[in-house]
Amino acid sequence: MERLGEYRARNREIHPPAYFPDYKTSVARSPRKPLVALQQSLSEITGPVFGRDLLHPLDNDLLLNGKVNQEPVGERIIVHGRVLDENALPVPDTLIEIWQANAGGKYRHVNDHYVAAADPNFLGCGRTLSDADGWYRFRTIKPGPYPWRNRLNDWRPAHIHVSIFGHAFVTRLITQLYFEGDPLLRHCPIYRSIPDEGARERLVAKLDLGETIPLDTIAYRFDIVLRGRRQTPIENKLQGA
Amino acid sequence: MLTETASQTAGPYLHIGMMPAAAGLDVAWGQGWNVLAGPDTQGRRIRLEGIILDGTDSVVRDAMVEIWQADGNGRYPHPEDRQDKAGDGAFRGFGRTAADFQTGLWWFDTIKPGAVQGRHGTVMAPHVNVAIFARGINIQLNTRIYFADEAEANAKDPVLRLVEQEKRRETLLARLEERQGQPVYRFTVHLQGELETVFFDV
Repeated sequence: MERLGEYRARNREIHPPAYFPDYKTSVARSPRKPLVALQQSLSEITGPVFGRDLLHPLDNDLLLNGKVNQEPVGERIIVHGRVLDENALPVPDTLIEIWQANAGGKYRHVNDHYVAAADPNFLGCGRTLSDADGWYRFRTIKPGPYPWRNRLNDWRPAHIHVSIFGHAFVTRLITQLYFEGDPLLRHCPIYRSIPDEGARERLVAKLDLGETIPLDTIAYRFDIVLRGRRQTPIENKLQGA
Repeated sequence: MLTETASQTAGPYLHIGMMPAAAGLDVAWGQGWNVLAGPDTQGRRIRLEGIILDGTDSVVRDAMVEIWQADGNGRYPHPEDRQDKAGDGAFRGFGRTAADFQTGLWWFDTIKPGAVQGRHGTVMAPHVNVAIFARGINIQLNTRIYFADEAEANAKDPVLRLVEQEKRRETLLARLEERQGQPVYRFTVHLQGELETVFFDV
């Protein structure tokens, strides 16, 4: 195969290791043999393509997409940002999916038995496609922190789960967005599973007063960086890279 | 140059965002993504099913499995596949499903992919690319499913041959069972232990 379109090797030093014993569930679910390094082929540099026909108008508006009789309880926020690749090129038209707990820290999920109240007006899921310049935007409420069974007194900091595809199977990424100033971050084993301090801090969304809608909704900015191609041949630009 | 955003576990509630119906939500999106073969799709219809076992041999019941595969002719529905063969417009190549909360079983109704051109003039045996996400998995695990009844093609496959210990190559094979006349390929993932599945750094 021609070398066109290959992605840079994943820098595993900025990702959490599979085995991180402070996060107890990782102990029995972590492979112990080394990963087999693969030079990319068509199987890796291609990936699913999603069109705008997939989306409904309220999919990225969590204030309204689960509304029954009133808007959900909680701090109204905008989460927005840009999807770029490692070469600082925008990643357009890529599917972004999010899910989160409600303002009290409870998920709308059959397996969540936390005592906090459910919110019948909040589903906690949203999705969108980045625009031609890589920008995306959601409207939601700020999720609450919640306890979880790990060490006896572990609490998850407020967070939103973010799933994103990019344009290849190897750019696929799932991460979590946290909020500036949360004192639970420094205690959280999942957050701390990321060895690199800078990489951790880039998961913290920053208050964005410029995008805040006065008297209405606070904005947070969260940029996402996906793997980039090793080179940027002219031919690839045809695909909007 | 920028640095890739760090991964975090998808957690136990991943269904909410990616397969809301599985979480118990009345949301239409994300349903039916485990059926890749539609009425007009070309190729041999198969069911691909499996379970995931952890290091204690317990079944993982909260995982999500995503697959990406070529069509029956061995072509990916993606603009960067420039192989000189016809593509199947009725096949989108991507599948996603959740392990069953009780049994841990996951399955796809798909077609058997064709062979795909590999690097440097090689040919890759029919295979399905897999990514596994779950609570306790900090970054998705990538593997490939090959088909045990393709012994000749598998023996020449450049990726299987990368796995130094021949015995470990067997961890990548799905085995054929006939069930009520339908071909079912069964694949077991071992996250850890003696039989640990080969995972790739792609």
